[in-house]
Amino acid sequence: MPTLRIPAPLRSYTNGQSEVTVNGQTVEQAMQDLLKKHPALQPHLYNSNGGLRPFVNLFLGENNIKDLQGLETPLKEDDRLLLIPSIAGGSEA
Amino acid sequence: MLPELSRQEILRYSRHLLIPEVGLDGQRKLKASSVLVIGTGGLGSPVALYLAAAGIGRIGLVDYDVVDFSNLQRQVIHGTSGIGELKVESARRRMLDLNPDIQVDVYNEPFTSANAMQIAESYDLIIDGTDNFPTRYLTNDLCVLSGKPNVYGSIYRFDGQVSVFDARRGPCYRCLFPEPPPPGLVPSCAEGGVLGVLPGTIGTLQATEAIKVLLGIGEPLIGRLLLYNALDMSFEFVKLRKNPNCKVCGPNPEVTQLIDYEAFCGVPGHDHDSGSVGGGWDITAAELAERLRRGNHVKLLDVREPHELQISRIEGATLIPLGQLASRLSELDSAEEMVVFCKAGTRSARALELLLSAGFRKVKNLQGGINAWAMEVDPSQPIY
Repeated sequence: MPTLRIPAPLRSYTNGQSEVTVNGQTVEQAMQDLLKKHPALQPHLYNSNGGLRPFVNLFLGENNIKDLQGLETPLKEDDRLLLIPSIAGGSEA
Repeated sequence: MLPELSRQEILRYSRHLLIPEVGLDGQRKLKASSVLVIGTGGLGSPVALYLAAAGIGRIGLVDYDVVDFSNLQRQVIHGTSGIGELKVESARRRMLDLNPDIQVDVYNEPFTSANAMQIAESYDLIIDGTDNFPTRYLTNDLCVLSGKPNVYGSIYRFDGQVSVFDARRGPCYRCLFPEPPPPGLVPSCAEGGVLGVLPGTIGTLQATEAIKVLLGIGEPLIGRLLLYNALDMSFEFVKLRKNPNCKVCGPNPEVTQLIDYEAFCGVPGHDHDSGSVGGGWDITAAELAERLRRGNHVKLLDVREPHELQISRIEGATLIPLGQLASRLSELDSAEEMVVFCKAGTRSARALELLLSAGFRKVKNLQGGINAWAMEVDPSQPIY
């Protein structure tokens, strides 16, 4: 099954898991499976009208799914999805 | 005309002069270069130290904070003797000790839309070492609008990101992140913590990229984002493309001058979290102590993480980490008086919003968190 890497700031919503295996033929199905397994992620990834939030980036391998076929991008068994969030950290100034 | 190097400078930079990609002309280029470092904290420390050591002729530092004891775990440009000193002054002293042949200009002020253009104008390259979204978007837009490369770095716990955003040659920060997350969705390092070495790793990579860009050598991280994880010791790269709809660097930009970034991000960029929610929903540590002393029944809800209990605790409190609160509301009784707390009041303010939206009304936020409690009520507890 494809895997999805969870970034550190979101791991408190996946019981600390950094990689989650997800079921699905497309990115959309994999994301639905992810939310089924970890429903607390929903508000962090999707806005109220069901679209992916604009600060959430999903990469398949090294490519942004926006540069592929978006949520319709097909997935293979050994594919790895990366969730890349905005992080702000640096100095505390 | 590039500046000449003195005999002493030739000796100082001899290890650079030996590398064919740098050489004497490269070192003269660095001497003629100027870099503005935004933030003199975790990322700014190694960036400023290595750029000073490398002989960048003029380095600007922007920060308005003072050195605090809790900075020294990672902000290695500062020392224990500098506690309470302005960060820009503490950093300048260390940089000029390392290399008196350079010029360090300091700007002891918040970096804002009002002063950013003027401050950045005379610099060749900008390094983003900030810790908040308003300043990140400001730095990005400034670089796009003024045609300067922006060497970006960001950190959280064990994770870091590095890229070079140069809108003339590739995407900008907004191409990847068109909008900031809503306030409170992404924890800061002050709340979530950060491995002290992590900004060292990421800042050192930023300094490397800056020097490459200034010298025009190698393959800078333009159009690529580096994702580093210290626990896995993994370095991964993803491709970044210019977003044709980008509001600042796209063909039909909406942002053609600097905007109000605090409003854009919905958060203050230049104030430390006050640890309060306002609107009468706060309670001070002294007020809480008084209520408990009078024997009033108050449920104490600790929304920190379990490992933080080892540092400090308030007797009798119930622990439900913020991340679990939404799914564990059924464990709470909305008829009961309740005071919510965390380390300093930021997470508990968010917990309070969640409780209010779920219909709870008899709730208060402990202003300043358990740290305020330790300072004002229970000195046996440490402040962290």
